[in-house]
Amino acid sequence: MKNKYSIFSLIKNAFSQHENWKQAWGDPEPKKEYEAIIIGGGGHGLATAYYLAKKHNMRNIAVLEKGWIGGGNTGRNTTIIRSNYLWDASAGLYDHALKIWENLSQELNYNIMFSQRGVMNLAHNLQDVRDLKRRTHANRLNGIDAVWLSTDQVKEFCPIINTSPDIRYPVLGGTLQRRAGTARHDAVAWGYARGANEMGVDIIQNCEVKGIKRNGDQVEGVETSKGFIKTKKIGVVAAGHSSVIANMAGLKLPLESKPLQALVSEPVKPIIDTVVMSNAVHAYVSQSDKGELVIGAGTDAYVSYTQRGSHDVVEGTLKAILELYPIFSRMKMLRQWGGIVDICPDASPIISKTNIKGLYFNCGWGHWRF
Amino acid sequence: MFLINCPYCGERDQSEFSCGGEAHIVRPKQPTELSDDQWAEYLFMRKNIKGVQFERWNHAHGCRKWFNMVRDTSNDKIHAVYKMGEKPPVE
Repeated sequence: MKNKYSIFSLIKNAFSQHENWKQAWGDPEPKKEYEAIIIGGGGHGLATAYYLAKKHNMRNIAVLEKGWIGGGNTGRNTTIIRSNYLWDASAGLYDHALKIWENLSQELNYNIMFSQRGVMNLAHNLQDVRDLKRRTHANRLNGIDAVWLSTDQVKEFCPIINTSPDIRYPVLGGTLQRRAGTARHDAVAWGYARGANEMGVDIIQNCEVKGIKRNGDQVEGVETSKGFIKTKKIGVVAAGHSSVIANMAGLKLPLESKPLQALVSEPVKPIIDTVVMSNAVHAYVSQSDKGELVIGAGTDAYVSYTQRGSHDVVEGTLKAILELYPIFSRMKMLRQWGGIVDICPDASPIISKTNIKGLYFNCGWGHWRF
Repeated sequence: MFLINCPYCGERDQSEFSCGGEAHIVRPKQPTELSDDQWAEYLFMRKNIKGVQFERWNHAHGCRKWFNMVRDTSNDKIHAVYKMGEKPPVE
């Protein structure tokens, strides 16, 4: 690696007031033709380019990003990483990913701040208890480190949770995956961008795809805001905008795009050292290394591409947060935002060829993309 | 979040309504004759448009009646509301 980050490079650059660090990745104009084009420069798109270059030796690739790297959903999610999924296929996919996460900082030579602080999922009604116990058993059969916790064990693991039996949605127990946790979300995009660029991948920002050119059932290239680019292979990794790209190629997908909201509080001293998720009441909490509470809410129940979301959704989430964590009652929220998530009817992702030659999709990660 | 002009009740908060998704998807006349692909097309495949989209909405916490709506999904602006069975406005 030309520009390896280490304690020595840090010391060396300290002498020049950190003004001489090289750009982590270049800012090229698009070439006329590429072997493959990835549409979407988020975590998934950049990882696709990175592994195509690294494992499949395809170096003549461009990643086209409409905005800037780290400005889409990759910088908008609540950074939760876990693999405790019910179905065998999901468990296999997500646990494979979790194993990659465990060594990613070393592999990319980029600190993604991966922290295996555990993810706890709370059960608030009898059906939750049955579902989560079933999921725990399924996880253990697939070699995933899930355990069931009683209400007392939940309280012991995360003492600030209100486990009183007389709240509206009492805590009846929960599951815990200790290998799960969080990572710095935009660092993941930056790390993959730098790694891919090092191997020759062109990362082209502010380049919006306007159309897909086909000759019969074979793709020929993409129309972009920076002109036409020829290619025989297009990987669409556009998350919430997957359907928009699909419509350009005359395809329909089983997806609906909805705003998913998140918010962060003012920074405070360490108070919650794990991630707690309550699906029944749509309240997800962790604490960033800066000390902010990172709170995930639910989605709006209608298709929308506005990256903000409705106030009543946030209100519902905060009511649940206050009941579960009365200690947060005086916290001030600093920022709120929305990301557009593409949701499949079965909430499972699609990684697929299409009936158009050379057109591939990776989409439908919905709430569980990171 | 926005206001919706229910054709039966007038202007109400969006949180009173539930969205039934894309409108004017015709239920197959002979469900028993459909292949799996045709079923999937009817049940799951959606245009999921960024821009002007035709939708079904239900005033769930009001009159509970269904109606149609033309809404721009890129800015949540509502262009028209019309009753079930009425012809969609041409734009």
